[in-house]
Amino acid sequence: MAFLEVDQVHKYYGLNEVLKGVSLNVERHEVVCLIGASGSGKSTLLRCVNALEEINSGEIRIDGDTVTGAGVDLNALRRDVGIVFQSYNLFPHMSVMDNITLAPTRIDGLPRKEARDRALALLDSVGMAEKADAYPDSLSGGQQQRVAIVRALAMQPRVMLLDEITAALDPELVGDVLQIVRELAHGGLTMLLATHEMGFAKEVASQVCFLDQGSILERGTAQDIFENPREERTQQFLSRVVASGRL
Amino acid sequence: MSASGLVREEIQPSPTPTPPRSVAGIAVVGLVVSLVGIALMVAAALRLRDYNGHGPISTVVGGAFVVLSLYPLWPSFRSFAAARERGVLLRDGQLVPARRSAAAGREEAQIAMGYAAAAIIAAGILLLAFANSGGIAHTFFTSSAWHKSFPEMIRAFWINIWVAAVSQVLVLIFGLLLAIMRMLPGRAGAPLRLIALVYCDIFRAIPAIVTIILIVFGIPLAIPAASHWPPVWLGILALTMTYSAYVAEVYRAGLASIHPSQSAAARSLGLSYTQTLRTVLVPQAIRRVIPPLLNDFISLQKDTALLSTAAIAEVVLTSTLWQAQLFNLSPVTLAAAFFIIITIPQARFVDYLIDRDAARRAGK
Repeated sequence: MAFLEVDQVHKYYGLNEVLKGVSLNVERHEVVCLIGASGSGKSTLLRCVNALEEINSGEIRIDGDTVTGAGVDLNALRRDVGIVFQSYNLFPHMSVMDNITLAPTRIDGLPRKEARDRALALLDSVGMAEKADAYPDSLSGGQQQRVAIVRALAMQPRVMLLDEITAALDPELVGDVLQIVRELAHGGLTMLLATHEMGFAKEVASQVCFLDQGSILERGTAQDIFENPREERTQQFLSRVVASGRL
Repeated sequence: MSASGLVREEIQPSPTPTPPRSVAGIAVVGLVVSLVGIALMVAAALRLRDYNGHGPISTVVGGAFVVLSLYPLWPSFRSFAAARERGVLLRDGQLVPARRSAAAGREEAQIAMGYAAAAIIAAGILLLAFANSGGIAHTFFTSSAWHKSFPEMIRAFWINIWVAAVSQVLVLIFGLLLAIMRMLPGRAGAPLRLIALVYCDIFRAIPAIVTIILIVFGIPLAIPAASHWPPVWLGILALTMTYSAYVAEVYRAGLASIHPSQSAAARSLGLSYTQTLRTVLVPQAIRRVIPPLLNDFISLQKDTALLSTAAIAEVVLTSTLWQAQLFNLSPVTLAAAFFIIITIPQARFVDYLIDRDAARRAGK
């Protein structure tokens, strides 16, 4: 039994079916990359996993426990499943420190001091300790995204969802953020990430899934997908990525 | 020639130099407008002095107005100087400096016209005030009437300020409750959402004066226990009920303007709906709605005057009593002046907040 199981998930926006029976297993300590064009359903799938979107049918299980459908404690689920967004979504009216300690103090009831210490240690490990009292608007995109990652990590999630976290960054800032994700992967954090950084996916992914129009069209190791794609759509997609200089 | 089908050099027009625009005409117009302003101001100053019996203060004030009205002559002369310079440069074939002189000259002429227009408007208002051998000045601005009514008026105005302050605090609380009620989620929230919606619709539709009459006169009749309540408190209740409906809309717009990604980020950390509202959405929304909120507060202050219809002795009722006694409207003008004096600083403060917010969003 896999740690995270997505089982025949269907999701509609109105009449538009954006996920058409997606199934996916993520083992503990595994890093799974979702690739595919914009609108292929990568982000929606991630948002369904931590219930920011409701699914219409199918089931999602974490560690054997069903986390979709009525009666599930969504707040408890989200404590276990961290997510980092493309647009960082830091709270602009709070300092970096308050952004990070908000959830641990309010939800886990962690004492302020302990939460601050934990936050400082995490900030230090991403090179942001001296920005603890800064406000998000005064930080660069790369710095904001590092804070957003720390904010999610502060809840000590069992699985992290990363939704195109470098897509809004200037090229020279991408490296810093990817380095952190690389460290998390080596540290053994289970991750499911949607990305356009094919080179990075190639490097860290234990499994790559190519999504097309709401279905997983092809999956396999990074080597299989990038060097030996079987499906015509995958080949097309990858050749366009190569033409745009992204691989 | 060109390698791409997107670019074809042969159809691009070749540039022609722009000649300098003419200055003399607009400079003459500027001078004429300036002279008209000065002439009108001299006439107004003479009327002012005549009306006040050639007193020294009116002479000095009138003189100051005339001196101020001379100011447009300065840019006007500069526009003529620029016009001459433009001609010289053009004859020398210096096209670019000539263009710059022409632009500067036209701008100076426009500045002269702008200041002269202000002088004309000011002189016009003065002439109007002293028209009909000072009828307007006498009716609205008689200083002896101000002198007699002032002590009572200022005490009455204190009631307006007090009513406004108490109502504003209550409106802030009640309005936020209504706004949150209107945003309750799910089917369980539907009945309360509807009630809040109906409340806001009704109380924004009823003129404030009607609510005041119904509450201040009606409550003591309908509820015997309330018959000895001070009418001022009932007035505060009526204003609170009316303005909460407006302020709820302001809050709601503020909450709705927070991007959904903020809510998603908070919920994804495990915060509940209430925690998200309290720690993430409401603090950001309040910051954004302070300017429109203060605008509603300014109009609430003015609407305290409506309590005069409910026989509450606030400043407008007091001023009309004096007006009846003196057969002169100057006490009512005084009431207007009181409102102006407390409102203008607040209006400027709102502008300041809006500018600061814009600057902050621009990243400065």
